[in-house]
Amino acid sequence: MAGGKALVCVKRVVDPNVKVRVKADGTGVDLTNLKMTMNPFCEIALEEAIRLREAGGIEEVIAVSIGTAQAQDTLRTALAMGADRAIHIAAPAEVEPLAVAKLVKAVAVEEGVSLVLLGKQAIDDDSNQTGQMLAALLGWGQGTFASKVELSGNTVKVTREVDTGLEVLDLDLPAIITVDLRLNTPRFATLPNIMKAKKKPLAERKAEEFGIDLAPRLEVVKVEPPAERKAGVKVESVAALVQSLKSAGVI
Amino acid sequence: MTTLLIAEHSNGALSDQTAKALSAALQLGGSVDILVAGLGAATAATEAATLAGIARVLVADDAALRLAEPLSALVLSLAPGYTALVAPATSSGKNVMPRVAALLDVMQISEVSAVIDAKTFKRPIYAGSAFATVKSRDPVQVITVRTASFAAAPAGGSAPIETVQETATASPSRFVSAEVAQGDRPDLSAARIVVSGGRAFGSKEKFDELLVPLAEKLGAAIGASRAAVDAGYAANELQVGQTGRVVAPQLYVACGISGAIQHLAGIKDARVIVAINKDAEAPIFQIADYGLVGDVFELLPELTKAL
Ligand SMILES: Cc1cc2nc3c(=O)[nH]c(=O)nc-3n(C[C@H](O)[C@H](O)[C@H](O)COP(=O)(O)OP(=O)(O)OC[C@H]3O[C@@H](n4cnc5c(N)ncnc54)[C@H](O)[C@@H]3O)c2cc1C
Ligand SMILES: Nc1ncnc2c1ncn2[C@@H]1O[C@H](COP(=O)(O)O)[C@@H](O)[C@H]1O
Repeated sequence: MAGGKALVCVKRVVDPNVKVRVKADGTGVDLTNLKMTMNPFCEIALEEAIRLREAGGIEEVIAVSIGTAQAQDTLRTALAMGADRAIHIAAPAEVEPLAVAKLVKAVAVEEGVSLVLLGKQAIDDDSNQTGQMLAALLGWGQGTFASKVELSGNTVKVTREVDTGLEVLDLDLPAIITVDLRLNTPRFATLPNIMKAKKKPLAERKAEEFGIDLAPRLEVVKVEPPAERKAGVKVESVAALVQSLKSAGVI
Repeated sequence: MTTLLIAEHSNGALSDQTAKALSAALQLGGSVDILVAGLGAATAATEAATLAGIARVLVADDAALRLAEPLSALVLSLAPGYTALVAPATSSGKNVMPRVAALLDVMQISEVSAVIDAKTFKRPIYAGSAFATVKSRDPVQVITVRTASFAAAPAGGSAPIETVQETATASPSRFVSAEVAQGDRPDLSAARIVVSGGRAFGSKEKFDELLVPLAEKLGAAIGASRAAVDAGYAANELQVGQTGRVVAPQLYVACGISGAIQHLAGIKDARVIVAINKDAEAPIFQIADYGLVGDVFELLPELTKAL
């Protein structure tokens, strides 16, 4: 099985360094003119797939993104980083993780991939569920929150970051991996590679072709800013700090 | 309305996150059964039975249930009796519940921070820069609970304990090994006080040298920023924030941490936040109740001594 294809799911999200604001009418967050980027966890997933190909464990890396036409910018970045080809599944607006999982399942089966890599979490919806849903729908093994991935023959060993420390699993291929922050440091796309990426294949598909119901299951009733925490006071010394904490009854 | 809560425990000890998720489950309005599954489940089940508000305790004491595939299959086999399936948003809950949701063809509602009604929930998005209120259109609700937002349900119950039957399924994954953190410090999610360190420490040696004595004096858990974990000063499970642990202690002491939005996402429910940072303009001071401007290498030993 090793030597097969790896499918990497990449999502276009707002840059993690910009501050988002809630729209005044409470219908969502205002993303107008904000810098957008590839979800940081997806960059890590893609980097890992490219490294597996460079090490000979994978033959081809395919990036897939679901969303509006701008998702193609993210796919061009993926191609510039080193993906061999890309698939854009055009969808009108935000598609929920369940529907994303169903669409990716269809592509994974169609392409006959041996590995699907996803971010553990998209930093916009913070759902942390697409990869697990995909694994369940495909009936493939899952290694979530990966900080180390080792391919060997027909299995893949995944070290996972869990609340109690680390856990190592062995998965039959094909398998699903969702990646955590410490798996690798993604490379930057160099200018020559950005130029070359323009010639790499990017297939355009439409979500409707897949016959999957995209209707949202969650109705967004309202979106509001978080409760503000007020800045408190600056204390002048350790003694003053200890005194304040004693008065506050926390020590 | 009936709810199945999936317990969090480790080797027979029930996690306090279970009691916190129970508070959320009870707010759904129906009766609540609890499933305790995995190695040592029988022991944890006797503890679960004492939580107030539980109707029945279901036990599956089987080490194989540490894996997501068999555990989600077990939960799925029990699902027909329930209108809501709830778990704390721990690494285990996050691993298993989306599988259950997908197989039931419903959307999971992740990291619920408030229950509005049986189908409507509040949850943080964009690293806590916004909170969305979402209403589920699905017939069954699959929920993970942000336990930092709920108080633990008290003891005082005596629910009956029943063993559940599993149907053996071949799993495409196998457990190889686990590296469990040394348990001499209180757990982050349960600690009354958390002292956290950031990039400022410069090395693991300094991180430990300055923070461990302080934590010991305070009986505190130790946390870390992503920068400190990435640099190897602290273990991965100590990362606090959007993509790490969410904590809600009485007191959170951030030492040499700048206060990036991703870090703040994990500490906003703390009652009192203290920041110690040499940069008076560091964003952490904008949310700290008490700020002390200065060098951690000088101030922390002084603080440890003063306590
Ligand atoms: C997708 C994504 C997810 C992320 N998730 C998380 C997360 O879950 N948790 C998290 O913490 N971060 C997360 N981050 C990273 C976050 O954006 C910040 O980079 C990180 O929190 C910075 O850590 P820090 O405050 O320790 O380091 P820095 O930002 O470098 O701050 C160090 C601070 O120490 C102070 N300092 C330096 N020396 C001293 C001294 N001697 N005495 C006193 N003060 C001193 C400095 O003034 C500075 O304010 C995430 C980022 C991304 C992109
Ligand atoms: N619209 C999308 N297009 C491509 N990949 C996606 C999309 N939505 C989610 N994913 C993948 O699923 C991961 C987890 O997302 P989430 O479950 O929404 O937190 C992301 O890091 C991506 O790898």
